[in-house]
Amino acid sequence: MPDKIKIATTSLAGCFGCHMSLLDIDEKFIDLVELVEFDRSPLTDIKKISDCDIGLVEGAVANSENVEVLRDFRKHCKTLIAVGACALNGGIPAMRNHFTLQECLEESYVDGMGLDNPGIPDDAELPMILNRVYPVQQVVKVDYVLPGCPPPAEMIWNVLSALLEGREPVINARDIHYD
Amino acid sequence: MPAFKIDDQEVEFIPGQSVMQAALAADIYIPHLCFHEDFKAHGSCRICLVMQNGRYLSACTIPAVEGMDIINIRDDVQEQRKQLLELLFIEGNHVCPSCEKSGSCSLQSVAEFCGLLSPSLPFMYPNRSVDASHADFLLDFNRCILCELCVRASRDVDGKSVFGISGRGSNAHLVVNSADGKLVSSSFEKTDRAASICPVGVILPKHRGFKVPIGKREFDVTAINERRENDAG
Amino acid sequence: MSTGSILQANDASAIVNTVKQVMHPLFDQTYLLQYLIKIQALYACIPPAAIQTLHEKLALTEAQIKSVISFYSFLSIDYQGKYRILFSDNITDRMAGNQSLFHQLSEAIKGADASIDFTSCTGLCDQGPAMLVNGHAINRLDTQRINDIAQLVNNNESLTNWPDNLFKIEDNIRRGDIQLNARAGDGSGIKNAMNLGYQKTLQILQNSGLRGRGGAGFTTAKKWQLCKQSEAVQRYVVCNADEGEPGTFKDRVLFNSSAHSVIEGMTICAYVIGAQKGFIYLRGEYLYLLEHLNDVLQRRREAGLLGQKILGKLNFKFDIEVHLGAGAYICGEESALIESLEGKRGMPRIRPPFPVTEGYKNQPTVVNNVETFWSVSRILLKGSNWFNKLGTKESTGTRLLSISGDCERPGIYEYPFGVTLQKIVEDCGGIETQAVQMAGAAGNTVLARDFDHQVSFEDLSTGGSFILIGGNRNLLDMLTNFADFFKHESCGFCTPCRVGTSLIADTLHRFEKGQGCSGDLQHLKKVLKLMQKSSFCGLGSSAPTAFLNVLENSPDVFDCGMSVESAEIYFDLNAATAEYKKITEPGEKGI
Repeated sequence: MPDKIKIATTSLAGCFGCHMSLLDIDEKFIDLVELVEFDRSPLTDIKKISDCDIGLVEGAVANSENVEVLRDFRKHCKTLIAVGACALNGGIPAMRNHFTLQECLEESYVDGMGLDNPGIPDDAELPMILNRVYPVQQVVKVDYVLPGCPPPAEMIWNVLSALLEGREPVINARDIHYD
Repeated sequence: MPAFKIDDQEVEFIPGQSVMQAALAADIYIPHLCFHEDFKAHGSCRICLVMQNGRYLSACTIPAVEGMDIINIRDDVQEQRKQLLELLFIEGNHVCPSCEKSGSCSLQSVAEFCGLLSPSLPFMYPNRSVDASHADFLLDFNRCILCELCVRASRDVDGKSVFGISGRGSNAHLVVNSADGKLVSSSFEKTDRAASICPVGVILPKHRGFKVPIGKREFDVTAINERRENDAG
Repeated sequence: MSTGSILQANDASAIVNTVKQVMHPLFDQTYLLQYLIKIQALYACIPPAAIQTLHEKLALTEAQIKSVISFYSFLSIDYQGKYRILFSDNITDRMAGNQSLFHQLSEAIKGADASIDFTSCTGLCDQGPAMLVNGHAINRLDTQRINDIAQLVNNNESLTNWPDNLFKIEDNIRRGDIQLNARAGDGSGIKNAMNLGYQKTLQILQNSGLRGRGGAGFTTAKKWQLCKQSEAVQRYVVCNADEGEPGTFKDRVLFNSSAHSVIEGMTICAYVIGAQKGFIYLRGEYLYLLEHLNDVLQRRREAGLLGQKILGKLNFKFDIEVHLGAGAYICGEESALIESLEGKRGMPRIRPPFPVTEGYKNQPTVVNNVETFWSVSRILLKGSNWFNKLGTKESTGTRLLSISGDCERPGIYEYPFGVTLQKIVEDCGGIETQAVQMAGAAGNTVLARDFDHQVSFEDLSTGGSFILIGGNRNLLDMLTNFADFFKHESCGFCTPCRVGTSLIADTLHRFEKGQGCSGDLQHLKKVLKLMQKSSFCGLGSSAPTAFLNVLENSPDVFDCGMSVESAEIYFDLNAATAEYKKITEPGEKGI
């Protein structure tokens, strides 16, 4: 048996909804794990990505750690897929782009309700928050995109199975939905 | 009756009709945003580009002419439309999951119909203040595609000229005609034609949020290319 | 027009009276732009009380009036100071060092009652860098002139008292051919036309092969014929003197040196199509020509060449009015020009119908370039053979070129069509010319290896602009200048031009900062081609030309702007985290 195809997944500034949708392929998931091996992913809890065939990224890019993870994914994945509205256009996280970073941080850490010890956290260990939220494609090149909030399980499966079989994935216009 | 062809289908027309009008009368869908059959053609969104003699022309502004051979649905034409739609998406804030208009938004439905998966150009994230001054309606200017349907409806049907376009170039934007620029200070009423004409999520009624579940919304039930024009809003 | 002191905009009732005087006696909506230009000159802004008065008297909403103000660069709601200083920012001005002069003056007049900014090409490329002060042009700027100007501003010297030599503009006519060497404009062209009758006059123009000199090259006789054939209550003649294409200045010279000929050409047109009213739409940048033009018009009225009973013919009456533009390149597009003439935002119209059938006030209108009318005046004197014996098959006669940039003798050159670029470059003393920018920002960038091409409609068409780019220049700087220009001048009506021009400018600025990447170039090409194919009017479809020329013929020009870090996408993490670092700096916490 040839080596299994290696897949890594991650959620940047996202809600893991796209991961939930991936799990929604239900019994096909059993077929999937027959064919693939999961590398870094919330499903495996592996923290460091190694060379992979396919990377799935959900969520937008909101802080310096997101940038690092995303660049790491790009470096290690032969094929990188941006999954879901947040990855594609910033989505819900990008709604903060209406406000300055100062306003956002003050709302959360200074003026927010029920704060015990108000103050903007500045520990050097913390990731730096970006001036605004960016879609994945503005930080790295991606090979395929899957729209939706989340993309339906069927679409994720269709694209993955096509790639596993070495076919060019085709998304039918009828199946495209942005929400 | 004189006739011309759209994608090899014979279309009859009344002299004076545009390609778009003749197509609609023949139940042929040409994707469009700024065109509305109750109003004079505008020609600004360019989504209704069709090909004639190797050139792209907007179906809403060219008069139908006997013997024309129009290409409407073909990959290269759809590709141009996708690119134009991409420009509209990156110019505004179109976060479909959080927009009340989602499911009955023409921009969204036309883009899905044309097969736009996602813009890849950098987003501009405009930052214009939302006008929530009016008791019944809300304006989110960040979603405006400058189709001027509200401008035309308010001026030509409601006789009010509540809306206008100000600025030039990338600074062109929708404005409200009132002393302080707020909707509440204008003569806008919820029964105005302008209140229900917006093809995107700029002019939205208040006091209702995500009332219709996904799957039952306007374009979930009937895709934009399958409905008759006047079913809208 | 007042060039002296600016009125205080604090007494509302005084403003109301002044604005009423400005509108008197017509109180006509279609003059809104002309009223606004006068009010701006008086107050250095459009005060709220003025908007209110215009609204009441002209039956326009305040939003409509404000939207017109917001469309034109030379109008503003905000006060611009006693001195409104605008530096011309064409690539030729940049090549001549306008940026450092701008900074020099900005520093020198800090605190003065003045505002300072850049504006699109002011049409003084043969004698730049140039600026406008309250609409009046000053050329040949250098550090000495900037010092003098700073002193005048800081001393609060009224503009009427500024030394005349600052405002002296040269014609710089360097090479004349049959047209510049002929004289016309004394009325004999009109007399000839009247003796021939309109049909034979049209025939002569047809035989001459004259095509519109604005750039598109529509046959003049055909245009006039179509207009004459259209059913009409009135017909109009419009002279397009909105010479906004960067690098073009021939119309400025024609008006200065032979306005009679241009007006004679318009009068011949009026006779042929049966018009009683004409307009010269003069770009706001040429304000200093207004008085001269009005003088010439008045002299011609007195000589019986304009007004009632022209040359004694009972039923031939025709008069001309000069309308000013106010800083909008798009108004050179004929349908946008007509909208602007009607006092509105200069938005291009849906075509068809074309202006020859539905133009000014929806009546048949001939819109021709200044040079076209000027040529008509000559052809009617000298005949069609005199004209069409020169030039090429499709492009008869001669045309004027506005030559500027890196050359020893910038100015106006008349050449028969078919002349090679090589010959022109040699004649004007091109200095190590690496490329010529034809037809302004919207035209072709022709590299030196292609200088055997000809100026003609069938080869390289031009609206008359011819900018030489020397060997030491970076073409990327030129493209960045053009990108800013188009972003500023797009009217914003259609999707591809409005968003596309913004994207082009953003991309070019990334390359300027050395942050370009291959992904950017792919996006850029895609957007440029889309604009070419899908734009609503000629601005959007021609804006991509120079960018595509360089991308295709000299792609290595972009190499110097490529980021060293990443090939495909450039993301500037330092810039994106700078704000956070600042907020979390010790002592800077947002508490």
